[in-house]
Amino acid sequence: MQKSLQSFFDEMQLDKTAPDENRVRHIYAAYQDWLKDIPHHQLESKRQEAELLFRRVGITFNVYGEEDGAERLIPFDVIPRLISAAEWSKLSAGAIQRVRALNMFLHDIYHDQEIIKAGIVPTSILANSQYRPEMFGVDVPNQIYAHIAGIDLVRTSESQFYVLEDNLRTPSGVSYMLEDRKMMMRLFPELFRRYHIAPVDHYPQVLLKNLRAVAQTGVHDPVVVLLSPGAYNSAYFEHAFIAQQMGIELVEGQDLFVRNNAVYMRTTQGPQRVDVIYRRIDDDYIDPLVFNPDSMLGVPGLLSVYRNGGVTLANAVGTGVADDKATYIYVPEMIKFYLGEEPLLENVPTYQLSKEDELQYTLEHLHELVVKEVQGSGGYGMLVGPAATKNEIEEFRLRILSKPSNYIAQPTLALSTCPTLVEAGIAPRHVDLRPFVLSGKTVTLVPGALCRVALKEGSLVVNSSQGGGTKDTWVLESDLFEPKELMAKNAKKVAAETVENNKAESVC
Amino acid sequence: MLSRTADHLYWMARYIERAENMGRVLEVTYSMSLVPNAAESEAALWLPALEISGNVDEYEAEYGDVKATNVIHYLAMDPNNPSSIYSALRNARENARAVRVAMTSETWENINALWIEFDQFNGQDLAKNGLREFCDWVKARSHLFRGVCFGTMLRDDAFSFVRLGTFIERADNTARLLDVKYHLLLPEQEEVGGAVDYYEWSAVLRSVSAFQAYQKIFSDTIVPWRVAELLVLRRDMPRSLHACLDEISPILEQLSGSRHTECRRLSGELHSRLRYGKMQDIFQQGLHEFLSDFIDSNNILGAEIQRAFLSINPS
Repeated sequence: MQKSLQSFFDEMQLDKTAPDENRVRHIYAAYQDWLKDIPHHQLESKRQEAELLFRRVGITFNVYGEEDGAERLIPFDVIPRLISAAEWSKLSAGAIQRVRALNMFLHDIYHDQEIIKAGIVPTSILANSQYRPEMFGVDVPNQIYAHIAGIDLVRTSESQFYVLEDNLRTPSGVSYMLEDRKMMMRLFPELFRRYHIAPVDHYPQVLLKNLRAVAQTGVHDPVVVLLSPGAYNSAYFEHAFIAQQMGIELVEGQDLFVRNNAVYMRTTQGPQRVDVIYRRIDDDYIDPLVFNPDSMLGVPGLLSVYRNGGVTLANAVGTGVADDKATYIYVPEMIKFYLGEEPLLENVPTYQLSKEDELQYTLEHLHELVVKEVQGSGGYGMLVGPAATKNEIEEFRLRILSKPSNYIAQPTLALSTCPTLVEAGIAPRHVDLRPFVLSGKTVTLVPGALCRVALKEGSLVVNSSQGGGTKDTWVLESDLFEPKELMAKNAKKVAAETVENNKAESVC
Repeated sequence: MLSRTADHLYWMARYIERAENMGRVLEVTYSMSLVPNAAESEAALWLPALEISGNVDEYEAEYGDVKATNVIHYLAMDPNNPSSIYSALRNARENARAVRVAMTSETWENINALWIEFDQFNGQDLAKNGLREFCDWVKARSHLFRGVCFGTMLRDDAFSFVRLGTFIERADNTARLLDVKYHLLLPEQEEVGGAVDYYEWSAVLRSVSAFQAYQKIFSDTIVPWRVAELLVLRRDMPRSLHACLDEISPILEQLSGSRHTECRRLSGELHSRLRYGKMQDIFQQGLHEFLSDFIDSNNILGAEIQRAFLSINPS
């Protein structure tokens, strides 16, 4: 049986047994104060307004395997997730540290392979299907491979965050970070007066600056384009949105061609040279001459130009070897090896089913573990033990046994919950957090993230393809904010709470 | 700009214009059906609507006899008819969606809203109820589309291709409408203008929003050759062939720049014919011949535009 939702860490409520006025976490106090006067039907009508607006703007995604032309909205929750300035500074430092190490790892694995020589990562990594021998010895500008990285974080207690996975190929979802914020500002302007919320809308500008910075040396005014699989891709809205925000061309494979060690796009005025390609197409589809020959999405000859330094790809080809679930377990060691630092963010304990004893343990504990395909993504091909039926578990057992090295297992984490508007009212639902780390001349991230929420009661799967929704994430600029209206009402109470929370903060 | 982007913008505008014109044809045929004895039979009344869209055979294969209910469904809602209003609007929206980056967000949202609104008519039996409202809605939506483009888009190549699509399509539609109507009203042995059916011709005028213009310019009874003159040669009549070429020619001049493109030459030639042509000569040549020739040339012009600017592989 599943644990009751009451037993999970809740982002808003610290102590669920305390009387109402004392149990709200400090940063949520002003929000709670506002929320208690808002009747359910009013929140519900705001939610409907948001849905209407999203549909009108066309913020939709396509679900694979559904009837063609089916465009769906990702459900949007009107209750935000709040992150304190102190939490954010810890998370962002940890995410930056991780991405720096991962970029160094990628450079190393495609050059001298020191980390293998040092015995930290096994040689078997070179046999991983995500390792691209084509990239060996290729130098990329600034030695950056993962220009855009989405780091998935989950929380299990006040002070405990885990990195669930790194997304270094073509991470998506940033458009929701930006659009959810716009929506919240439109629906609840009054809340933005109560809180000092760090702005996120400069993300496209930071990204563009970074992309321009990784053009090949000697290119004066680089032409940057976004390469999309096209309007039928599930993330097409995001591709269009980001390209528009950056003011760059949104191209498809058929718009580009290769000539004389350079990439050109076909324009109404003839061919135009392209210097940097922000590609949202997987490695396998990017060049039919080298990878999947059936791909209609890519550009024949692109990889050869890329290897010769005629064009920059972001992210680089071959990053998949670093965000593979089998590599994930080595990231804390990579941080120590390359940076000489202690990891600021922890990994989830992970069993590698390629190892006999860990396989044995996993098979005996399937009902309490989460088992994932090593190369799976989007919440497909995974088993959530506590939520699975006996049949599902047995079926999955056979799949594991047929190729154990294809899977890893992790304990079922007690993902934190956040109050969410559902039909019956406001109820806790599990959430995760994906900040986007940008690497160019420097490694940065804008203070915000995609917050995904599993809308089904008790569900731990937050992926949009599996019925997850999104929330706006508010990173507070300062934790020393003054919720003025609240203070005016009850100055004493706030003072007492602040003391309480300072105690709580000192624990982490 | 990207050739593919230009292509999508151009076709987006063509499809919106196509939907509008189909709406106009439906509306005017429907009002004719309310006039007693306007035509010998239901089939005689509705066949021209099918002829204008050029799909008589496909219709007959699917529905058989020409009946008002079926023709209305076929031209308005049938997803299998590539020229139906449904198909045109869907294609317009698909083209827009593919290049939403290249237009202002207002333009995109306008087209997306159009498609969302279309749902209210889905499944409705328009022949029974609501055809007028539907046609009004299609027209209003098309006006809104042109307005939002005109009012918000940067005057760059993207804007030029949108305008180009609108006027190539409009020229084709006006020519077809006039041709079908003229042909039908003038039995061969009869002299031009011999039998004037006031209702028929006023309906033609109304279908291109030219009824009031006619009254204002000629203040006389409605006679076919003046209707033809208005829709062919009058440059101040916004849906006339001349007015369309007035828009198309300078756009192709500007897009071609220093390039020698066949589309530029062809549009110049067509434009001159309308600019310096005399109605008398056109009638002598035969209006039907003139219009068929125009429709063909306009098609070739479309293909040449495609070749010069929009094709994925310009060689």
